[in-house]
Amino acid sequence: MNNQLLKVGLGSCGIAAGAQDVYNYLSSDIDKNNYPGLDLGKTSCIGLCFAEPIVEFHEGDKRIVYGNVDIKLAEKILKGISTGVLPEENRILEEKGEGKRVAADDNIVKYTGRQVKLALKNCGIIDPESIEEYTARGGYKALEKAVNSMQMQEIIDVMKESGLKGRGGAGFLTGQKWEFLLRAKGDKKYLVCNADEGDPGAFMDRAILEGDPHVVIEGMIIAAKATGAYKGYIYCRAEYPLAVKRLHKAIADAKEKNFLGEKILGSDFSFDIIVKEGAGAFVCGEETALIMSIQGGRGMPNLRPPFPAESGIHQSPTNINNVETYANVPGIILNGPESFNKYKSGNSTGTKVFALAGKVKRVGLVEVPMGLTIREVVEEIGGGSSTGLPLKAVQMGGPAGGCIPESMFDTPINYDSINATGAIMGSGGLIVMDASSCMVDVARYFLQFTQNESCGKCTFCRIGTKRMLEILERITTGSGTIKDIDMLEELANHVRKTSLCGLGQLAPNPVLTTLKYFRDEYLAHVNDKKCPAGVCRSLIEIKIDPDKCTGCTLCARVCPVNAIAGERKMTHVIDSGICTRCGMCIQKCKFDAIYRI
Amino acid sequence: MGCTCCKNGNSALNAEAKDIISITGKEKEKTIPILQEIQSRKGYIPEDLLREVSGVTGIAVSDFYSVATFYSQFRFTPLGKHLIRVCNGTACFVSGADILFDTLSDLLKVGDGETTEDGLFTLETVACLGCCSLAPVVMISGRVYGKQNSDSVRKLISSIIADEAKGEKTAAEAGQTGGTA
Ligand SMILES: Cc1cc2nc3c(=O)[nH]c(=O)nc-3n(C[C@H](O)[C@H](O)[C@H](O)COP(=O)(O)O)c2cc1C
Ligand code: FES
Repeated sequence: MNNQLLKVGLGSCGIAAGAQDVYNYLSSDIDKNNYPGLDLGKTSCIGLCFAEPIVEFHEGDKRIVYGNVDIKLAEKILKGISTGVLPEENRILEEKGEGKRVAADDNIVKYTGRQVKLALKNCGIIDPESIEEYTARGGYKALEKAVNSMQMQEIIDVMKESGLKGRGGAGFLTGQKWEFLLRAKGDKKYLVCNADEGDPGAFMDRAILEGDPHVVIEGMIIAAKATGAYKGYIYCRAEYPLAVKRLHKAIADAKEKNFLGEKILGSDFSFDIIVKEGAGAFVCGEETALIMSIQGGRGMPNLRPPFPAESGIHQSPTNINNVETYANVPGIILNGPESFNKYKSGNSTGTKVFALAGKVKRVGLVEVPMGLTIREVVEEIGGGSSTGLPLKAVQMGGPAGGCIPESMFDTPINYDSINATGAIMGSGGLIVMDASSCMVDVARYFLQFTQNESCGKCTFCRIGTKRMLEILERITTGSGTIKDIDMLEELANHVRKTSLCGLGQLAPNPVLTTLKYFRDEYLAHVNDKKCPAGVCRSLIEIKIDPDKCTGCTLCARVCPVNAIAGERKMTHVIDSGICTRCGMCIQKCKFDAIYRI
Repeated sequence: MGCTCCKNGNSALNAEAKDIISITGKEKEKTIPILQEIQSRKGYIPEDLLREVSGVTGIAVSDFYSVATFYSQFRFTPLGKHLIRVCNGTACFVSGADILFDTLSDLLKVGDGETTEDGLFTLETVACLGCCSLAPVVMISGRVYGKQNSDSVRKLISSIIADEAKGEKTAAEAGQTGGTA
C-alpha cells in the first residue's frame, strides 16, 4: 500500500472559510473508519484565498489539490480513497508525478504562472508547527553556513549585494541598516521584527508568520550573527493569535535544536528571541513608537535622529526590520545574492508579496518579481474585475499610500516607479477598486483611519488631519465648496512637511493622489453636488424602476425607516425625504429593480 | 471617601493579582502584558483588580491607565455575551462594510463599541480581520462569517437571539470555526 496523505490548509483565511470543520470531519472519520496508509496533515495559507478551503491529496509524487471543499466533498474524497477512484470535481491543481505537472484549472495556471515564490516558498507546503518539515526543505542550512563559515562583514556584504530593501514600507537597503548596527557602539544590541501589520486590508506578514514562522526566526538569527545583537523581539499585532501561538512553538523548537539560545550550533554566538504582543495601535508600526511600546509605555513616536541604530530599546543600538524582510534572508545567504537580484527592475531587486484584494476575481496572497506591471498583477493574476464593472484604480500602501488610476496600470512594480505615481510600495496591501468606489470617499476613509490613529503628540498631525477630515466630510455630504478643495490641498502639504513621524507625514497621500488623478470626482461633489460613483449618501437618491418592480414587498419589509410604500403586486415607491440611502433594499431586491442615481 | 484598600484588602483580589504577575512578571516593561492578562481573564480592565495589581507591582495606577487608554485593545466596561466585530478594513470597506454596520447598529440599537442593554451583544468595528478574500466579513464570538450582506447578518442575529431564548448553546459558542453565507 502506498503512503497517502491528506493535507488541509489551516491559515486564518482557510479557517474563516470553514477549513477547520473540514479538518475535524476528516479527522473523526479517519479515526472511525480504517484507511490503511492514510495520514492527515495540515499546512497554512498557500495564497489561493479565493479557493479556500483547500484539501490536498498526496500519494507518492502524485498530488491532487481540491478547492472550495465542503464536508460533502470531503466525504467523497474519503470514499474515493477507499475505492481508489477520487472525485473529479473541484480539482484545481494536479501533479501526475514523474515531474509532470498538469494544472487542472485554468484559474490556477493564470494565478500562479507569473508568481515567483522566495519569501513564501514554504507557505502552504509545510506544516508550520513542524521544525522537521522546515529543515527537510533546507531550513536552518543558511544559519549553519553563516555561523560556520561566514564573517559578520561578509554576511552584510552579501545582503548589500542582493539589493534587498526593507519590505515594511520605506524601502531602505537592509544590508546597510545591518552595517549601522554592526558599527554602532554598545555592548547590548537589539533586533526587532516588526510584525505589527497595521495597514487595514493587508495580511502578508500574518500569512508568513502563520505559514512559515521558522523562516522569519532563521532570518533574525542570521541578522543577529551579522550585527552582534544579543536579543531580539518580535512585535506581533494583537489580532494575530494564531501567528503568536506558532511563533512560540517555533522558538521553543529552534531552541531545542540549538539553532537559537546559548552557544548556537556549538559556536560562541548566543541569541534569544522574545515575542511581544501589540495592543492595537497603528502608530506602533512606526519604529520609534514601537520601541516605546516594547518598553511598556504609550506608543508615542520620537523625533529622529537619533535613529534606533544609535539609540533604540533602552537607549541601546537597535535594528528593526519587517517580517518579509527577514523571511528573504535565509534564501539569500544560502543561495547567494544572485538568486535574489536576478529579478531586477529599476532600483529594486527580488520579489514582493502582495495581499491582492478588492474587486478582482482571484483574491489572495501573491508574490511577484519586481518589474511585473500593476496590470499584469490585477488582470492576469487577479483575473480582472469581479463585478463586471470597469476597474478604476488600485490602492497601494494603505493609509500611507495612494490610489493609482487604471490609466497607469502599466507602471512596473519597483520602488522608484511606484513612488513616482505618488503612492508608495508600502508593505503590500493591494486593493483593487472598480467603478462603484467613490475616490473622494476612499480618501475620507483613509483619513478617518489615520486621524483616529494619530497619537496626538504633534500638532499638525493631530489637528491638521482633523481639519482635513472635516473638509472631506463636507465634500462627501454635499456642503463642500471649491475653496475647500484648495484648502484641503494646502493643508495636506503642510501636514506632510511638518508632522513628527511617518504617520502624519504620509497621511495626506491618499488625499493628494486622489486629488491628482480623480479631481473631476471632487469637482462633481462640490459643483454639481453629485457623487459619480453613487456612494456618498447625501448626494444620491435611491429609486425603484417601475418596469422591473413586481410588488413583492421585500424592500418595504427590509427598510429600517419605513420609507418604502406600495401594495402587494403593485409598484413600490421610495419616499426620498425619509430614505437614509442605506441601500439595504438594493441588496434585498431579487429583480434588480432598485438603483442609485 | 478616603482610601480603604490597605485596611481591608480583599484577599481574593490580592491572590488574583499575585497570580497574574506570577505569569507576566512585574517590571515596568511588563505593563502591557499585565493589562493583557487582566483583560483575557475578565474580558475588561476592572478598576478594583487594577488597583490591587498596582499595589503588588509598584507600577502606579495612573501609569497603567496611561498605557491602557492609549491602546484600542483595552476596554473598561464588561463585554456583552456575544462580541460582534464588523470588519472595516479596506477590502471590506470597498465591498460595502458600512451597510453591515448600519444594519447591525440599527437592529441592536447600539453604536460602535457599545453593548446592548440586555448584555447580549457588543458591537464594534475592526480594521482587517485578515480574511479579505471573504469580504465583507463579520466576526461573531470568534467565528468568521464571510461574504455577508444586510440580510444575512440580520438572520445571524435572529438565530442567535432565538437560540438564546431557547437557552441552547449557539453555533457561535460551539466552535471557533467559520463558514460563509
Ligand atoms: C505609521 C507607520 C506604521 C508602520 N507600520 C508598519 C508595520 O505595520 N509593519 C512594518 O514592517 N513596518 C511598518 N512601518 C515602517 C517601519 O517604521 C519601519 O520602517 C520598518 O519596520 C523597517 O523595516 P524594513 O527596513 O525591513 O522595512 C510603519 C511606519 C509608519 C510611519
Ligand atoms: S479588509 Fe476585512 S478582512 Fe481584510
